[in-house]
Amino acid sequence: MKAKNLAALCTVVALFSSQAALADINVGVSLSSTGPGAALGIPEKNAIPFLPALVAGEKINYIVLDDATDPSAATKNARKLVSEQKVDLLLGSSVTPASLAIAEVAVESRTPQISAAPINLPPEKNVWVFRTPQHNNVMAGAVVGDMKSKGVKTLGFIGYSDAYGEDWLVAMKPLLKSAGIKFTTIERFNRTDTSVSGQVLKIIASRPDAVLVVASGSPAALPQTAFKERGFKGVIYQTHAAANPAFLKVAGAAAEGTIMPIGPVVVVDQITDSHPSKVLGMQFVEDYESMYGAGSFSSFAGHVFDAGQLIEAAALVALESARPGTPEFRKALRDALENNKSVVGVHGVFNMTAEDHFGMDDRGRVLIQVENGGYKLLPM
Amino acid sequence: MDFQIALFLVQDGATNGAIYAMLALALVLVFSVTRVIFIPQGEFVAYGALTLASLQSGQIPGTLWLLVVVSTIAVLAELWRCWRNGLPIGLHGFGWLVGYPLILALLLWYLPLASLPAFVQVLVALAVVVPLGPLMYRLVYQPIAEASVLILLIVSVAIHVVLVGLGLLFFGAEGLRTAPFTDASFEMGPLLINGQQVWVILVSIGLIVGLWRFFSRTLYGKALRATAMNRTGARLMGFSPVFAGKLTFLLAAFIGTLSGVLIAPITTIYYDTGFLIGLKGFVAAIVGGLISFPIAAAGAVLVGLLESFASFYASAYKEVIVFTLIIPVLLWRSLTSHHIEEE
Repeated sequence: MKAKNLAALCTVVALFSSQAALADINVGVSLSSTGPGAALGIPEKNAIPFLPALVAGEKINYIVLDDATDPSAATKNARKLVSEQKVDLLLGSSVTPASLAIAEVAVESRTPQISAAPINLPPEKNVWVFRTPQHNNVMAGAVVGDMKSKGVKTLGFIGYSDAYGEDWLVAMKPLLKSAGIKFTTIERFNRTDTSVSGQVLKIIASRPDAVLVVASGSPAALPQTAFKERGFKGVIYQTHAAANPAFLKVAGAAAEGTIMPIGPVVVVDQITDSHPSKVLGMQFVEDYESMYGAGSFSSFAGHVFDAGQLIEAAALVALESARPGTPEFRKALRDALENNKSVVGVHGVFNMTAEDHFGMDDRGRVLIQVENGGYKLLPM
Repeated sequence: MDFQIALFLVQDGATNGAIYAMLALALVLVFSVTRVIFIPQGEFVAYGALTLASLQSGQIPGTLWLLVVVSTIAVLAELWRCWRNGLPIGLHGFGWLVGYPLILALLLWYLPLASLPAFVQVLVALAVVVPLGPLMYRLVYQPIAEASVLILLIVSVAIHVVLVGLGLLFFGAEGLRTAPFTDASFEMGPLLINGQQVWVILVSIGLIVGLWRFFSRTLYGKALRATAMNRTGARLMGFSPVFAGKLTFLLAAFIGTLSGVLIAPITTIYYDTGFLIGLKGFVAAIVGGLISFPIAAAGAVLVGLLESFASFYASAYKEVIVFTLIIPVLLWRSLTSHHIEEE
């Protein structure tokens, strides 16, 4: 009898303690903090301490894993987080291929996912997946708008031979068509290439008015310097992935005059005070740089920070109808994410809808020009 | 495409080809003497370039700490060997393992790194990275020197993965560039040739001639060749295979680091760039059947030119075209040469 009581007591205690653990909201994070995507993954991982730790009295736990920019490692991480840690939400990854891999697990396990890479998915898989970066269309729109105002008629294209380069090409084509701008030639290169002379020569020989380079961080400097060395006189456009300190350092003087679209947080001290992201952005950049050193901020950290804003807003709603750790809560969290309206992040304002799981509008981007080794905000 | 563009492409291809040629020579050298397919060869290129870049920005490169740690482990290994074989414990014969990293660390600590002349910075970068070669042989390959080619290859892959990881830790994920040795550039017809490209090609030719003289004229060179032909025979003649291994790795590390230092001003080098450069050197070495120095060098120039023209005509398929070269070469080699199974 006594033993039975003890067993009952133990069971109750065990139940309660596991209940306490279950009540926390668990967020499984998989980022590319090593491997080729490390330039994105490291600042993103650095942003984790700034994510909300408490929402409506419930603790949020972040379980952070590294996927080494490898889609199969990302899949493994996502499976582990879903089956062993019973996470309520998956956050990641940094680059498109790894994020696509996580999306597979998110859809299969019916777990909401927030990706820090702007991935494109067919509608039936899109249901569980949300993104914090601007859709490439938003960024491409700004670039094409600027080309139009400068009277550009022909454009040379050199981009990564991967999903990022392809996405940009797909986003640019209809926009250019409606603006009456033609591609002269479309060239590809790889992140680790040591020379792009061949591609650059071919583009220059096709005599375009302007050139678009689709690459990220310091690899984007290779075509940039090659164009300058070969005496290209037209405007060079880069994409938002290139806007980091490493690009400016490696390209040096060759970067001067380059135009790129970017989230407002990168030039947060130059945007108008009326911009919704101004206050939050200033605060975040200041906090980040006081922790990791002046000049260490990179726009990628902002994408993970914005994911925190989305989670906080959605969790408030979802907690009203379900307990964390249950399939009901994951469903409620997904629904709440999809109904997130006017959530202010450092990169802009999110208004999610059933069709649009990016949620960013024109407030999510500005155009900047490289001037004296820094960025200058361009009026739009 | 006109003649001028073709000239530009040849110029670009020849510069890259010269780098691949140096790496191909190192790969052939290492394989023929120690039977190791030296995958980490490319890491020396990246380490050399990035170490120089850290020096130029006034930082103490992470590779110095790697050198200190690795030589400490080597000292412990030597002491263990003495103790196990009942030899008197002391630093006889490997005192440099203790002294060299210490002196180098002190030098780097006190020297104003960023303001040194470029030539001295290059010497310092070489002094830091090159000793990693023989140390790597001592710790990793020497204990398994008699193992099969396959095991040596697997170990090489492991070392490569470790070095790439350490490279990310030391130098970060973003690429670096160094200041050029010379800003000189001169026009030759329609071509604008910059001084750095001349450096690359001259050093590469110098190295090939130097290696050729070393192997044909000097005692050590002849001894290395003897080891490559017949290990047991060379040993019977009193030439230590351990010494041959260390010497080979020293040369390979020197060639790799020098290539890195040479290309660092022309292109951006990342912690993991080395692998792809090494792999192209490897394609060239395969053309030479992993034994012939001159054919490997010619193969390297071929790879460089092919790459350059492929990037003009079909940039999306550049790597495919370069690596596909290996298939006809292997076919041709397997049809024309007698294959002798090892063991």
